[in-house]
Amino acid sequence: MNQYLANAIAVATLCILLTSVQADKSPFITLSSTTSTENSGLLDYLIPKFRERTGIDVRVVSVGTGRALKLGEMGDTDLILVHHKPSEEEFMSKGFGIQRREVMYNDFIVAGPSEDPVNIRGERSIARVLSLIHEHKMPFVSRGDESGTHKKEMELWALAGVDAQRYSGEWYHETGAGMGTTLNIANGMSAYVLTDRGTWLSFKNRDGLALLFENDPPLHNQYSIVQINPDRHPHIKYTEAELFINWLTSGEGQQTIADFTLNGQQLFFPNALPQ
Amino acid sequence: MNDFSQAFLKAIQLILNLDPNLIEIVALSLRVSLTAVLIASLIGLPLGAALALYKFFGRGLLVAILNTFMGLPPVVVGLVVYLILSRSGPLGALGLLFTPTAMVIAQVCLITPIIAALTRQTILDANNEFHAQLRALGAKSLSMMNTLLWETRYSLVTNVFAGFGRAIAEVGAVLIVGGNINHNTRVMTTSIALETSKGNIELALALGMILITLSLIVTSAVMSARHAAYNVYS
Repeated sequence: MNQYLANAIAVATLCILLTSVQADKSPFITLSSTTSTENSGLLDYLIPKFRERTGIDVRVVSVGTGRALKLGEMGDTDLILVHHKPSEEEFMSKGFGIQRREVMYNDFIVAGPSEDPVNIRGERSIARVLSLIHEHKMPFVSRGDESGTHKKEMELWALAGVDAQRYSGEWYHETGAGMGTTLNIANGMSAYVLTDRGTWLSFKNRDGLALLFENDPPLHNQYSIVQINPDRHPHIKYTEAELFINWLTSGEGQQTIADFTLNGQQLFFPNALPQ
Repeated sequence: MNDFSQAFLKAIQLILNLDPNLIEIVALSLRVSLTAVLIASLIGLPLGAALALYKFFGRGLLVAILNTFMGLPPVVVGLVVYLILSRSGPLGALGLLFTPTAMVIAQVCLITPIIAALTRQTILDANNEFHAQLRALGAKSLSMMNTLLWETRYSLVTNVFAGFGRAIAEVGAVLIVGGNINHNTRVMTTSIALETSKGNIELALALGMILITLSLIVTSAVMSARHAAYNVYS
């Protein structure tokens, strides 16, 4: 029996070693990003180019902006790539981040059933579009997950003077899920939905949905990268993370972002300020 | 229905092409879940047997807890393991978060209660049947436990596979502690969730079919090995 037990323990230890050793082969940093940058394929396009330059791999954990910031606060990621300026500024002011750089932008759009029952296609402002949806109690699907897109959506409802959450469960539906899942639900419910253009363009299951409203200044969608403060979390890979920020905001990194297209369409527009 | 036939073709296509991404994901799924099953069995089998055979203070409570934990929600296990392995958590210094090891740990937590609780029942039943015989042969309690574990080994395989089925199929825990990182911690279930969220319904469904087929192959392999062994021994 002791023999068996010893063997068993040896096997178990070996397994744990195998799984952990395998994970630490080459230098890497962890980046938690919004689902939009990962799902659109942008990061899969950028990271190999950075790795070629520096030999450093970037491991992407894609979550909503709210959770990405939380991972940063807890020291579980070296960098975060998110898109909600007020939350980022709060994060910085609390001392969780050591530097924040704006990287690129695109915009939000409103999608909905292609028949467009309340005809938001013809409208000129997002505030008016949301008022129309509210007035006619049209189904609207919200992320409801504290992501950057969700926070933006709340700001837009405030702009329209509508307290949408009051109608939660009536015509306003909170999915508490990522952008892609939410688009799937909007499709299934023939509902209106706010989405970033990157996820929209890369999303495959949009048969019943159409892009209905775009091009209004409040729909601007700015992405920034934040480096976690090593004073709070000494294990943070400061030098490697800084290399990534410097590369991403450099001429080469910015050009790479501009070069990324999907079906011939550019998804993200670089706008980093030179340091 | 069209979705299903297209997904089926896609699944066949992926398998025939030996898609390298698919192989990587399948291999990691198997490695994580089989390691978890192995460790959970090393804990769960003796634990279950001990609970069946030894009387000690608090045993009833422990059994109740174990039976409750058979139905632990994976997402809760994921969250708790995340908080423990987080850099800000008690085991943060190990840097295990977002690694396959973290996924193994989460799955071990998830399936050890299943294996232990089922084993307890198996051993309890066997003990009711053989207790008098074993006692008459002068078996001491530890060797009795070993004998019972050995005699019920064919049933225990089923218990272990109940654990494996749970481990390979769950997504909530591995998503939180693994992070679904491409080429690192992406497994079958997290890929399915990801592809669904990208709107690649066909691909997601194809991966689902492959996952089920894979479970079927692993289970049948073990079942036939068990059957062969059974024939040899009896």
